[in-house]
Amino acid sequence: MTREDPGRTVPPTGPEAPPDTAPGGGPAPPRAPEGDALSCHGLRYAFGETRAVDGVDLAVRPGEVFGLLGPNGAGKTTAIRCITTLLPVPAGMVRVFGHDAARERMAVRRLLGYVPQQLSADAGLTGRENVALFARVFDVPRRERAARVDQALRAVHLTDAANRLAKTYSGGMIRRLELAQALVSAPRLLMLDEPTIGLDPIARTSVWEHINAVRAATGMTVLVTTHYMDEAEQYCDRVALMHRGRIRALGTPAELRSALRTRWARAASGDSAPSPLPTTPAPSSDAEPTLEDVFRDVAGTGLDEQSGDFRDVRSTRRTAARVG
Amino acid sequence: MSGAPAAPQPGSAEPTVAADDLQLLLIPPRPRTGWRVLTTRVIAMCVVELQKLRHDRTELYTRAVQPALWLLVFGETFTRIKAIPTGGTPYIDYLAPGIIAQSAMFIAIFYGIMIIWERDAGILTKLLVTPTPRAALIAGKAFAAGVKALLQAVVVILIAALLGVAMTWNPLRLLGVAVAVILGSAFFSCLSMTIAGIVLTRDRLMGIGQAITMPLFFASNALYPVAVMPGWLRAISTFNPLSYQVDALRGLLLGTPSHLLLDYAVLVAAAAAGIAAASSLLGRLAR
Ligand SMILES: Nc1ncnc2c1ncn2[C@@H]1O[C@H](COP(=O)(O)OP(=O)(O)O)[C@@H](O)[C@H]1O
Ligand SMILES: [Mg+2]
Repeated sequence: MTREDPGRTVPPTGPEAPPDTAPGGGPAPPRAPEGDALSCHGLRYAFGETRAVDGVDLAVRPGEVFGLLGPNGAGKTTAIRCITTLLPVPAGMVRVFGHDAARERMAVRRLLGYVPQQLSADAGLTGRENVALFARVFDVPRRERAARVDQALRAVHLTDAANRLAKTYSGGMIRRLELAQALVSAPRLLMLDEPTIGLDPIARTSVWEHINAVRAATGMTVLVTTHYMDEAEQYCDRVALMHRGRIRALGTPAELRSALRTRWARAASGDSAPSPLPTTPAPSSDAEPTLEDVFRDVAGTGLDEQSGDFRDVRSTRRTAARVG
Repeated sequence: MSGAPAAPQPGSAEPTVAADDLQLLLIPPRPRTGWRVLTTRVIAMCVVELQKLRHDRTELYTRAVQPALWLLVFGETFTRIKAIPTGGTPYIDYLAPGIIAQSAMFIAIFYGIMIIWERDAGILTKLLVTPTPRAALIAGKAFAAGVKALLQAVVVILIAALLGVAMTWNPLRLLGVAVAVILGSAFFSCLSMTIAGIVLTRDRLMGIGQAITMPLFFASNALYPVAVMPGWLRAISTFNPLSYQVDALRGLLLGTPSHLLLDYAVLVAAAAAGIAAASSLLGRLAR
């Protein structure tokens, strides 16, 4: 478990990030949907009996790095696939910069850069060819294609490896290549599904630093899912904690932690206003809670108790196998 | 426990990117509309296919073995036996267009397996989140299959020429051959992508693919003329686009009597229907 720097309460933000949210915690106040980079209202999706996404409301503000956190099987990928138009939106409303994901699919896709959970670069092509394909299918005109592909590769520091086949890349390099593929069309919303899954710690840091650097340089909005609470804490402006298809808490990591600290303090002082949730007892009154503790508090279970199902294990193995 | 903590980051190693270095990544490209969307997507898919072939040509060579054997063993033997009424042409000549069509079909049928593999690998998933209509994506894949089959056809034509098959070298006729090969491959790749959209797993599709390729081959005029077939087989052959492809190839390459207009009409219609069917089922692969 990560001990965070006690002095740091404000998450690192890029130069062009919006001013931090007002303190107070809780979900963002309702806003006009056009103002948000992404808004979901009552989003639901079920695979047969499995209610993978069960009424999700969230709003991502332009320019922020928003983390969708939750254990395997929480419904993060399903939510992302609804937003990216891969799945229909059977109930609820999804808007990307004001465009309805159910009815304006093409418009939404043009605004999105998407990196799926699996490592998805084409191993039989070089890095450059992988990026050029996405330039082509996003209608980049021929005369600026090479320059744009070069810039995307440079942004993720893959210029030197650009002419090598992607099958010779390490897992972290493939992730960066996928980032370049997503960037080449100048998306306004970058959707990254578990970008660091299956990577070693150094590669994870590198992937995050590239995400941050690109966000800082372009002002793009980033929606990222992860089940690593420490990464979210370190790199996300705001996070939503998801469990069994629902958002259980939403705010900046600092807000969520301080709200829990308050609940702990109240519990310790005997001021026992009946809490609807089983508040976990504080280890000691002055302990600093982590996001992990917040998750345990709002979900009533720890991350490790909720193990992923077979599909997740399989796809993680596949990813691991491809990473080598 | 939220997994191993990310490595401590040395503050200086932070990758920085100068903003003016990323200028183009701030400007969304102007969307193309109408037919231009279709043509650019088809070109993009064909380019990918050619790039892959450039990096790895082994498949082109290994897939040349079978047609070479067909021509060498089956062709030479039956030319000697003279058991099949070919209307005067040596049997190996008669056989060559059939083998060209067959090897193109085998490549195309493989495309359904490839699309499932691409789905599992996340490649297809990502393409589905680009501004590419499903029909354009399938058309792209279909013509990419056509391009690959065409390169294979060139190899087979060269082998046939080495074995002494007397074929035309008229460029216009060869162009017609290319079109027939591409259209036929587009149909067969769509057939297998359609089945892929129904069965959804690679194992099942592999079984079905193997189960249908030989029957499609035998229930066509690739090996013997329709006239010598029993009635039921002749009926099947009438509905088999491979027969029309072979008829066109034979007419163009050997100059034997053929029904070019009908052949091309059937091939175009089959390819269009295949693209429609496969793209309507593509959504099932995305789930
Ligand atoms: N294609 C699918 N078919 C059936 N069930 C699925 C499918 N995809 C996901 N699920 C189920 O939906 C739930 C949420 O999965 P997912 O969105 O992948 O979670 P996460 O990304 O948070 O790990 C899980 O219970 C999973 O088994
Ligand atoms: Mg997931």
